[in-house]
Amino acid sequence: MNSQIAAILTIDGIASGAIYVLIAIGFVLIFAVTRIIFVPFGDVTAFTALTLASLEGKQLPGTIGMVAVLAALATLMEIFGLWRADELKRIPRALFFYLVLPLAPAAVIWLTSGTLLPAAARIVLTVAVILPIAPLLNRIVYRPIADSTVLVLLIVSVALHFALSGLGLLFFGPEGVRTESLIDYTAIIAGTPVSGQAMLIVASAIFFSFLLYLFFNYTLYGKALYATSINRTGARLMGIRPQQSGTIAFLVGSLMAAASGILIAPVNTIFYDSGFIIGLKAFVGAIIGGMVSFPVTAIGSAFVGILESFAAFLSSQFKEVIVFSVLIPVLLWRSYTLVHAEEEDDE
Amino acid sequence: MALLSIEDVCVSYGKAEAVRHVSLKVERGQIVTVIGPNGAGKTSLLTTAIGMIPSTGVIKCDGQDITRLDTESRVEMGFCLVPERRELFAEMSVHDNLRLGAYSRRDGKAAIQQSMDEVFARFPRLKERLSQHAGTLSGGERQMLALGRALMAKPKLLMLDEPSLGLAPLITREIFRIIASLRELGVSILLIEQNARAALETADFGYVMEVGEIVHSGPAATLIDDPRLISTYLGGGAD
Repeated sequence: MNSQIAAILTIDGIASGAIYVLIAIGFVLIFAVTRIIFVPFGDVTAFTALTLASLEGKQLPGTIGMVAVLAALATLMEIFGLWRADELKRIPRALFFYLVLPLAPAAVIWLTSGTLLPAAARIVLTVAVILPIAPLLNRIVYRPIADSTVLVLLIVSVALHFALSGLGLLFFGPEGVRTESLIDYTAIIAGTPVSGQAMLIVASAIFFSFLLYLFFNYTLYGKALYATSINRTGARLMGIRPQQSGTIAFLVGSLMAAASGILIAPVNTIFYDSGFIIGLKAFVGAIIGGMVSFPVTAIGSAFVGILESFAAFLSSQFKEVIVFSVLIPVLLWRSYTLVHAEEEDDE
Repeated sequence: MALLSIEDVCVSYGKAEAVRHVSLKVERGQIVTVIGPNGAGKTSLLTTAIGMIPSTGVIKCDGQDITRLDTESRVEMGFCLVPERRELFAEMSVHDNLRLGAYSRRDGKAAIQQSMDEVFARFPRLKERLSQHAGTLSGGERQMLALGRALMAKPKLLMLDEPSLGLAPLITREIFRIIASLRELGVSILLIEQNARAALETADFGYVMEVGEIVHSGPAATLIDDPRLISTYLGGGAD
């Protein structure tokens, strides 16, 4: 390996690392606020890529059916809950948030099906139709068991991943897709070619991380979310609903997962089940950050990307083995050096 | 009509009954205290009043049955609990803690800023520590922040669980002076204390709780001279 190859591998690694950064930060965000390790998060990324590909092929994406079913289920559960709590006056609000809002982008896609929209419109619609999936899953699957232990929530997450993966096969079929390149440009920096796509990916990761920073530090909802993550009881006593914080966390996380899906679709072939392995690698990054620190998570994810890129060059059969083997020393290091955060005691 | 009325409320953890058929009332503008030894069920009573643990019986606010409302809805109605453990946001600044105290208010930035200025007037120490993390404050400052954060919500009913717990006597006196001064804001207070003498000196009305039941009640000025209470709770010359 000479220095030029090393440079190319590093750039490639940083680009895929940036994808993992987007997903890993979503992992940490959702875990901090809800204590849920949202395993199907990678699936959201894959479904985004598949949806965008369907729109490019002027087909009706399977996502629409999925969102419709989830929205209907969530609405039924919400109405039943409000009826039992004797708060019927909140039903119109629930209908708006659980039925009208999630179905609006799906309706637009359905109405415009058959026509090829401009690329920007396709991306916006894809993100809009993907966004409600995770918050709806949160409402349907996690909210009824919100007070369970982290372990129970994790087991449910794994089950949910398999269910989603199956639905993915049903809605999108077994074929892999790759979308049009977002940017056709290659710069030569110090004799090394850097693709515009790679630059776009890294810029997006930085942009979304900065956005999240602004959200947490300068908005009331961001602060409320942070408050929920450090002290649930205290937050409830301020009138901050953990359910609402959870929904916002899932929405913001989904936005990042969707962005990563849009960005990865032109460079990797994505299948209905590609999400799991992408999510798992991002998860390694999140573990490096201890599931609490956003900056360390970002560094860890970039490291995973670079490691993967070098591993693929040195021995492509052992690529995954090398990446996941990193987890063991990292876990050892973390368990020796970190003061363990006590699991939140229940009053 | 009473601001808070608790009627025949029972709280149990599994088979253990922590609160048994308790009824009490807090009138508008009143300071009411519940005193009693450790494990009498005082904290359980407050926790169920804010809706954090389920109970049987009826809890009313201004005559409206709120027994089935969740904690957040009760906070929106003007209930506010400062729990024994304060439950501050340790990794957030004093300013952000106070700002989140006003989370359920919908009356605009100017009004919230005004409340914050009022809190600073009452607790000048908090203004000095504005950008410091809540977790780095001293015990007394934390209690001040917890009270300040509660006042940011402009509550109708402030429920205080052992506000003097773990504080030095001098600071305890300061805290009780502040609690008494809240009367002028028109806020009603339900105060739970082991420091019975200080509590009864501050309050208008008192209840005495023992093993989950209310065993005495009456105007605070009467209770403080009640020989039965003096021997049990007030004997050692507390404070």
